[in-house]
Amino acid sequence: MTEIFGIPTQALFGQLLIGLINGAFYAMLSLGLAVIFGLLNIINFTHGAQYMMGAFLAWFLLERAGIGYWWALLIAPVVVGVTGIVIERTMLARLYKLDHLYGLLLTFGLALIIQGVFTNAYGSSGQPYRLPQEFTGAYNLGFMFLPKYRAWVIVLSLIVCLSTWFVIERTKLGAYLRAATENPALVQAFGINVPRMITLTYGFGVGLAGLAGVMAAPIYQVSPQMGANLIIVVFAVVVIGGMGSILGAILTGFGLGVVEGLTKVFYPEASNTVIFVIMVIVLLVKPAGLFGRER
Amino acid sequence: MATPASPATVPSRRTFVVATLALAALLGVAPLLGIYPIFVMKALCFALFACAFNLLIGFGGLLSFGHAMFLGTAGYVTAYAAKEWGWPPEAAILIGTAASTALGVVTGALAIRRQGIYFAMITLALAQMLFFFYLQAPFTHGEDGIQQVPRGKLFGFIDLSNTLVMYYTVAVIFLAAFVLIYRIVHSPFGQVLKAIRENEPRAISLGYDADRYKLLAFVLSAGLSGLAGSVKAIVFQLASLTDVHWTMSGEVVLMVLLGGMGTIFGPVVGAFVIVAIESYLTAGIVIGAWRFGPEWAIVITGLIFVVCVLAFRRGIVGELGAWWVRRKG
Repeated sequence: MTEIFGIPTQALFGQLLIGLINGAFYAMLSLGLAVIFGLLNIINFTHGAQYMMGAFLAWFLLERAGIGYWWALLIAPVVVGVTGIVIERTMLARLYKLDHLYGLLLTFGLALIIQGVFTNAYGSSGQPYRLPQEFTGAYNLGFMFLPKYRAWVIVLSLIVCLSTWFVIERTKLGAYLRAATENPALVQAFGINVPRMITLTYGFGVGLAGLAGVMAAPIYQVSPQMGANLIIVVFAVVVIGGMGSILGAILTGFGLGVVEGLTKVFYPEASNTVIFVIMVIVLLVKPAGLFGRER
Repeated sequence: MATPASPATVPSRRTFVVATLALAALLGVAPLLGIYPIFVMKALCFALFACAFNLLIGFGGLLSFGHAMFLGTAGYVTAYAAKEWGWPPEAAILIGTAASTALGVVTGALAIRRQGIYFAMITLALAQMLFFFYLQAPFTHGEDGIQQVPRGKLFGFIDLSNTLVMYYTVAVIFLAAFVLIYRIVHSPFGQVLKAIRENEPRAISLGYDADRYKLLAFVLSAGLSGLAGSVKAIVFQLASLTDVHWTMSGEVVLMVLLGGMGTIFGPVVGAFVIVAIESYLTAGIVIGAWRFGPEWAIVITGLIFVVCVLAFRRGIVGELGAWWVRRKG
């Protein structure tokens, strides 16, 4: 067996792959957080719970209604997005004139409610989600086996991230969005319905979390706690990357996933904490984050 | 964080002295009235924790989402010192408090490099890092925690294994720390802190080094939270992962929010209400055909958060104060 730095290549590439997968989820979730933060100035603590909801919806559709993965990929994000819109209209919209921290507290409370209700309904142990037929098996890359579904997750998350970047940075709609981030009052004066844009942005950001949840369902166990610990890591990712740049969020997400994967190979004890350690270093060296601006 | 607190939320010196004496008297007679001392001790530990947290959010405007790390760290250090080294309780409490204070210096220096929402996220992430450390470190015994911590004899002659003796010791420690927090808030330091909360650039232009004040507030808050954690470890003879988990950080935010941010007595009220709800839930609350057991605690916690933020931002004591002012016209 070939080895690199005394580590079998199989193990090394295996962990790199797991790192990339985790990174794909970090990227999608921090992207949603950044988009929401840009316009609403709120850190959406409910993001992890909404990711979990996406996974549960997929599981529910399959187990109770016999609706498969592909439809779930479409339905679950829309449903999660619509619940997000309801939350924004009925609750978040009342807080925009107050200190931003109230938004954090409200979404934290919502996260606890959602997580608690799901825990009571389904217990804290995870539910397996059957892998769709067309994704069983793996590609033989010569140096390692790449399970088909994992390849799909990486490709799809890249597509989603890059299209989001494209829409925000290169289209007229995105230009409105960026303008409203800088100066909502002025954009409103030009006749654009900013409150509706805010609502849809929240729905979209939350829908992204739901989509990530569906994608995660076949890989991780579908459990009520799956979002809670993840969201704290994603917060650290957001602090490291800074929320000023969409591409920055994507790069930071994938990059940190890989670093975490490599840590699992070389120093497994630190794999849980390495992202937080990197956050500390970034705070010391470049407090605004790798791609951030002071604001 | 601009709290919607009215001037009435900070009581006059006379009101404070009268109310504190009344609180002390109430704590003094509570066991005689048949109120379970373990319940009050638990509530007092959390009340102290909440008051320490309020020092930071209510008067410094800094929302930390990782305060469990100070409660839990102090608990572990105290429990370890008392059990493995056989230290007397006063020394164990002291070293636990010192450990959290030191931790506060390090984490505070990092967290105040960013403001607002980032400050909250950084403190949460740092606390999570420590959680994983305690989960893996051998001396904490992972999921089991450090159990059967001896209460020992305070100063060599006050036997804390007697529940009532323990109770009055906790009451004295709480009242002393409570008065200390009042003094901090009403000192020149506290006034500068409030000025920074209201308008940081102006405070800086007046010549105050805002970062140093914020750091000192953070360290004081960390140390007092540590004191609460140390006492809690001695009282319950246990230091466990529950106290370093992020849900504990959320719980202390909730206590302060419910009682009233930026009020002196609010955190105490909030802590007693939350601890009472939790102990009722352990027994189960029956509403009509529904029975709510401890598994509903997290949902109820979330609901209180949402209601407080949407409709009750001044908290119990803040609303009472505002009502009092309105009534006096």
